[in-house]
Order: sequence, then C-alpha cells, then structure tokens
Amino acid sequence: MIQVHGVSKRFASLVLDDVHLSVPRGSLVGLVGPGASGKSVLVKAITGLVRPDAGRIVVDGQELTSLGELELQAARARFGMLFQQNALFDFMTVEGNVAFPLRRLTTLAEPEIRARARDRLARVGLAGFEDRMPAALSGGQKKRVGIARATITDAPIRLYDEPAAGLDPVTSQKIFDLLREEQRAAGATAIMISSDVDRLLSVVDRIVMMVRGRVVFDGPVDGARSSENAMVRQFLRGETEGPL
Amino acid sequence: MIAGAAVRAVSGIGSAFLGIALEVGSFGVLTARLARRLAPPDFDGTELRKNFYRMGVRSLPIVLATALFTGFIMTIQAGVVIGRYDAEGLIGWAAGFVTLREVGPILIALMFSGRVGANNTAELATMTVTEQVDGLRALAIDPLSYLVLPRVIAMVVLLFLLTVWGDLFALIGAAVMGEVMLGVSRHVFLRGLLDMLGLWDLATGLIKSAAFGLMIAIASCHFGLSVKGGAPGVGRAVNASVVAAAAGVFVVDYFLTYLLR
Repeated sequence: MIQVHGVSKRFASLVLDDVHLSVPRGSLVGLVGPGASGKSVLVKAITGLVRPDAGRIVVDGQELTSLGELELQAARARFGMLFQQNALFDFMTVEGNVAFPLRRLTTLAEPEIRARARDRLARVGLAGFEDRMPAALSGGQKKRVGIARATITDAPIRLYDEPAAGLDPVTSQKIFDLLREEQRAAGATAIMISSDVDRLLSVVDRIVMMVRGRVVFDGPVDGARSSENAMVRQFLRGETEGPL
Repeated sequence: MIAGAAVRAVSGIGSAFLGIALEVGSFGVLTARLARRLAPPDFDGTELRKNFYRMGVRSLPIVLATALFTGFIMTIQAGVVIGRYDAEGLIGWAAGFVTLREVGPILIALMFSGRVGANNTAELATMTVTEQVDGLRALAIDPLSYLVLPRVIAMVVLLFLLTVWGDLFALIGAAVMGEVMLGVSRHVFLRGLLDMLGLWDLATGLIKSAAFGLMIAIASCHFGLSVKGGAPGVGRAVNASVVAAAAGVFVVDYFLTYLLR
C-alpha cells in the first residue's frame, strides 16, 4: 500500500502542494493531469528520488521520508520503476540493461538471468534486439526496453511514467494490457502516469488527476467520466475551452 | 554613484567567495561519502577494471609524449646556465630535481585532467541529465559505489602510475637532449642524477601525483553529478570541472610543496 500524506515540494516554484493519495495493496491507479502538474515529481518522491519538503510517504507500513540514503536504497529493492525518459544505461546492451537488476539484486545463476532477460524482451516484442545498444533503438523500442527492465524483478510496488509514449496505438494497447495482466498476476501495487487517457482508463482501478501540484480528483473511472469538476471534464474530453 | 559601484564590487567579490566556498564544501562532502564506502570496501570491481583500461591504457601515449618533451625542455632551459658556468655534471641533478619534484607531476596531472577528468565529467553529467543516475538509484543501486568510487580509485592509482612512467620518460628525454645538444654523456647525466638526488625527491612527486589524482577525480565527479540544465548544462559542467581541477591542482601543489620540502 502506498500512502502519501500532505506532501509538498518546491523547486523554483511549488510543484507538489499538500498532496494526499492512497493506493491500496494490489490496485492499479492511473495518474493524469496537464504537463508540469507534478505527476513525475510525485512518483519520484514515492521512490525517494526526490525528498519532499513536507509531508510523509509510507509504503507497506514503512515511512520512507524518515529514512537515510542507504536505508532508502535498500527499501527501493521493492520498487520497479519506468522513467519518462526511460533512463536506459547507454554503456550496456539491451540485454545488459534488462538483466542488470537481476545481476545486482539477486543470486540467480547467469544462464537463468540471461534466459529471463530474453523472455522479458520477447514479451515486449523485442526478441532479437538483445545485443543492440540503446542508442541504436527508436523511441518506442527504448520505452519497451525500459518496461522490460522495470518489470523483470516482479517488484511488489510498480511505478510507470508514460509507458506508452512514442508507441503506435496497437503496441500501446499491448503494453497497457501486458502491464495490467502482470500487475494483477503479481498482486502488485501500481501507479501509472499516461497522456493516453482513453487507454489508461481502460486498465486502471481508479483515477487521480493533478493540476498545478494539487490533487483535484481521486475516484473511480466511471466517476471521473461523469465528474462535475470542470477541470476533470475538460481534460478527459480534450476540450480547448475551460479552466485548464 | 561611486558608493553604488563599490557596493556592487564588494557584493560581487562576496558572491564569488561564497560560490567557491560552496564548491569546496561540496568536494569535502563527496570525499567523506566516498571514504565511508571504503571501509568496508563497497565498490564495483568490474567497473574499476573497465576504468583502469579506459582511463589508463588510453592515456599512456599522450602522457609519455608529454613527459618526453618535458625532459627535452628541462635540458634546454638548464643548458643555458650549465653552459655559462661550465657545470655539465649538474645537468642530471637539475633536470631530475625539477622534473621529479614539480614539473613532471604537475604537467602530467594537467594533461590527465584535460583528457580523463573532462571526459569523466561529461559522462557523469550526461548520465545525470538523462536520468541514468536516478535509474541506478531506483534499482536500489548506490551510484557512489557503482559509478563514482571506481572512477575515483582508478584516477588516483592511474595518475600515480602514469607519473612513474612519465618521470622515467622525462629523464630519458632530458638525458638524450643533454647528449645531443650539450654534449653531456649519459654517464655524466646519470651520475649527477643518482649522486645528488634521493628517493625522497622521487617520493615527493609521486605523493603529489596521488593527491592531484584525488583532486581531479573529486572535481570531475562532483561537477558531473551536480549538473543542471540538460545538454547545455553538460558543457558548463565540463568547463567548471576543468577549471576547478586545474586550480585545485595548483593549490594542492602549493600546500604539499610546503609540507614536503
């Protein structure tokens, strides 16, 4: 379970403003909002990559905001994270990137690690790409390698920042379905940020919308579609006129 | 108006001083965090070996060429005085003293800083702005142990070893130039070198080279990890790193020259 209590963060301006959020164990929550609304910063705050100025973040009963850097590092072994820019290691091959978490965090034998990495790449449609370097991949292929790396450890907490960015509609839907299927199978707790709102709404249990660092909607998908909130309505319908 | 200009000047000096103090403080914090990972040793052995090859083997040709020409220059400069006082027997001592204690370590360090330090900053800065460093942290891997400490160890050890080789080549260069230009035989050169210089002269330069290696490593890693502002920030980080490392090498040299005199 992920609990965010009154988290605020300021860089040059206030990017998170008293954010409250609760993601029950085993559920998948979609996080949407216009650009620069604080979604990625919130996800980074949940993993401890960004330290909040105020508030508490509790994951599976452990308060992460009170931990030191080395304790936080150990706690992150429970997370699988896909970054908006993928964060692939450019000095490793595709297979090296995907196998890296297993090599560093587990005691599995090398043949087993390689087999799992190849299987994971095949599941995201990248069989045969094992020996390529990230620089030789398209944006969508990089995204899929990032997904393969984020999911290979079967982490109980999963955070996906724009998993469908740069993908064609068919591959997008396959990726959403794959992430949903694996999240359910593992009973993982997950947050998914996506600008592809229609596909996101088709897979998540609940939707949270942020605007200018604040949560403006938190509820079921049907509730979002029929929401009286003008910002939610405008965002979900993609209208140009409105408060956003 | 004059008062306003004076206030701005004092304010500018104060800001610059605070900026330098902030960077020096950050160097200290990074050094302390890395030292904490040395006892017990917590760094990636594969990364260390890779860095030894990338930073050391590939730097060797340019360092040896620099050292050889340094030896040539030492003899040419010393030759003016040696010739005037008819003191050919001192050429080995003069070239050796200056090369081993000062010029060899400092020139090789500056060469190393330009080649290895700048490259290191660019690599780490690029990894930082493309979220690769955060990617490591998200995978529960400590970037300081995996990425930074192997580079720092490699730079300190390699600059020490490169200076050993550099000193040797500089002395060979000085001896060859002494024979060709001044007609001083290799035996006379070697006698001047061995009779008048001690191991401490060699050790002084090598202690300095290890300290210079640490200075360059810390500066290059600090500016690489603290980069801000995307691709333009990478350029600024490399520039700041090279300037800070060069200035730091001279400051460290000043204190070590005083302490080891």
